[in-house]
Amino acid sequence: MQIVRTLLTRLATTIITLLGAAIIVFVVIRVVPGNPIAMMLPPGATDADIARLEALYGLDKSIFEQFLIWIANVLQGDFGTSITTRQPVFDLVIGRLPATLELSVMALLIAIVVGGSAALTATLYRGTKVEGGIDVAGGVALSLPDFLWGLALILVLGVLWPLFHISGRVSPSLGFEFNTDFYLIEALVRFRFDVVLDLLGHMFLPALALAIPLAAIILQLLKQSLKECMHDDYITLARTKGYSETSIITRDALPNAILPTLTLVGVQFTFLIGGTVIIERLFSYEGLGNMAIDAVINRDLPLIQGIVLVFALLFTLVNLLVDMTYAALNPRLRHA
Amino acid sequence: MSYLTTKDLTVRLRNGAPLLRKVSLAVKSGEVRALVGESGAGKSMIGKAVLGILPRAAKLTGGEILLDGEDLLTLPPKQRRAKIGAKVALIPQDPLTALNPSRRVGPQITDRLVDILGWKRKEAEDRAVELLDEVHIQSPERVMRSYPHELSGGMRQRILIASAFAAEPKLIIADEPTTALDVTVQKQILKLIREMQERHDTALLFVTHDLGVVSKISQSLTVLYAGKVIEETDVRTFFAAPKHAYSRALLAATPKYTDPDGSLMPVPDSIISEVEQEVAAFDAQLKR
Ligand SMILES: Nc1ncnc2c1ncn2[C@@H]1O[C@H](COP(=O)(O)OP(=O)(O)OP(=O)(O)O)[C@@H](O)[C@H]1O
Ligand SMILES: [Mg+2]
Repeated sequence: MQIVRTLLTRLATTIITLLGAAIIVFVVIRVVPGNPIAMMLPPGATDADIARLEALYGLDKSIFEQFLIWIANVLQGDFGTSITTRQPVFDLVIGRLPATLELSVMALLIAIVVGGSAALTATLYRGTKVEGGIDVAGGVALSLPDFLWGLALILVLGVLWPLFHISGRVSPSLGFEFNTDFYLIEALVRFRFDVVLDLLGHMFLPALALAIPLAAIILQLLKQSLKECMHDDYITLARTKGYSETSIITRDALPNAILPTLTLVGVQFTFLIGGTVIIERLFSYEGLGNMAIDAVINRDLPLIQGIVLVFALLFTLVNLLVDMTYAALNPRLRHA
Repeated sequence: MSYLTTKDLTVRLRNGAPLLRKVSLAVKSGEVRALVGESGAGKSMIGKAVLGILPRAAKLTGGEILLDGEDLLTLPPKQRRAKIGAKVALIPQDPLTALNPSRRVGPQITDRLVDILGWKRKEAEDRAVELLDEVHIQSPERVMRSYPHELSGGMRQRILIASAFAAEPKLIIADEPTTALDVTVQKQILKLIREMQERHDTALLFVTHDLGVVSKISQSLTVLYAGKVIEETDVRTFFAAPKHAYSRALLAATPKYTDPDGSLMPVPDSIISEVEQEVAAFDAQLKR
């Protein structure tokens, strides 16, 4: 019963969030100057031509009317047609979403592995130079935003020592035909490790750029929580039982220290997804974010709306996932 | 023969301030020794030094800790840890914080047996059930599947006692194991520790600031002041005629079980300054 109630509340808040995001974007992109129709038509088009096309896309009506029409269509699964490409918005967005998901999840994994192991190491060597060194590295990682890390990585690991690809998602020269848009997963499932390697080579730098600041945040918060836990009585008791410091940190302290970090990672992961917009542009990575920038430049209103809706949906899903993991990991909630 | 012996055990803060001043004490096999003293006397510090869990601020700067005749301090850290884990156990002061909140209770009883002593999991679990039975916990299997927050303080202390006896240690250090509990529960837990200690014939170092419980549980006692041993004797002699003036004052400051509300004399200032002088003289003698 409790679970049903929780789920219903979540569903309601999700819908309200999405509606809010939709309204804001809908209004903002129509208020800022720039006429998509004028940009579509060749020079020399008459005002009558423009008016005809505007009527076709429903742009002659009031914003309120336009919104009602759009919402009604969306509820029927029709997200409209892109003004620039004339393809259904839904197909465009669904086609690009996997690329962004793969990139974000890869970045998240890197951040968790790097930040988490740095926090564990710093806790094991707390009070020594090792901890000091890790703290300094964390501070440096946080001193730049993700896109500047992206630039730095391009310069160092793409240009100076060209170890990784700095553009695109996959090398066309491989000539590999994908059946889905989840390239990495598909290549893994089909055991094409040459393709996997190529995909990773493309994904690594943008993912790393996104991961560096998050890794530092994970490091700082997790280390803080771990160090607090190390004073707890159950830790002392575990020591008297004969456990090594390493197993005490991973087995006794980590499960208790991880919850605050988990909540923060959830929030930060949504920021990371937001960060893909610029990072994908920087690395010419064909994802949703890159498409979003094109859509904004071209004033492709239906496409912008579709992309924003997907991003908003993604954010609420991430938050839901975090809450569920939190409940699963916290014994106090598990039995409540 | 004594199972635990400390010889001239000295512990200092990193800045050099002494916390334990050449403490020598012995706990015989199967014997209960009480360690008495006011708050801050260094009672817990002795237990921590023996168990190898001194806080980072403190450092063992001299003396020996012999366990079954073997000097723990000369062992490499790993072996020392293993030896303590196998032969010594701690019953902590606060049962509410001494169990890991994110782990089930069962594994917290069996973990030492499985991970450190190499028992089979099934054997260890059977043993845990047996022990929970011994500490009078009903439906042990269900309790083992619980998380600590689902159990009362008294239950948790019973579990910690069961866990301490799991590996049949030769020595148990109980650091004020009843202070954090309700008065009614205190008596039960005290009785239980005594019962378990007798059944398993374990040596017990019982830390307390309450002389009232000493006669109920122990055969011998050591009185500590400012990290220095003031008096060391058997319980009967002590209660009949404490030798040291400080011990006498401490006894006078303890409520009698026969007359819990009777008038009490706090330790008089004159005696405090007397014992302070003694400690200072001891320190001066050490420096020379
Ligand atoms: N982590 C620490 N850092 C610095 N000093 C400490 C630390 N722990 C204990 N001390 C000091 O060591 C001395 C002895 O402390 P200890 O805990 O052994 O006292 P105790 O006799 O157990 O007292 P209580 O009855 O309050 O438990 C005290 O003066 C205390 O202030
Ligand atoms: Mg103490």
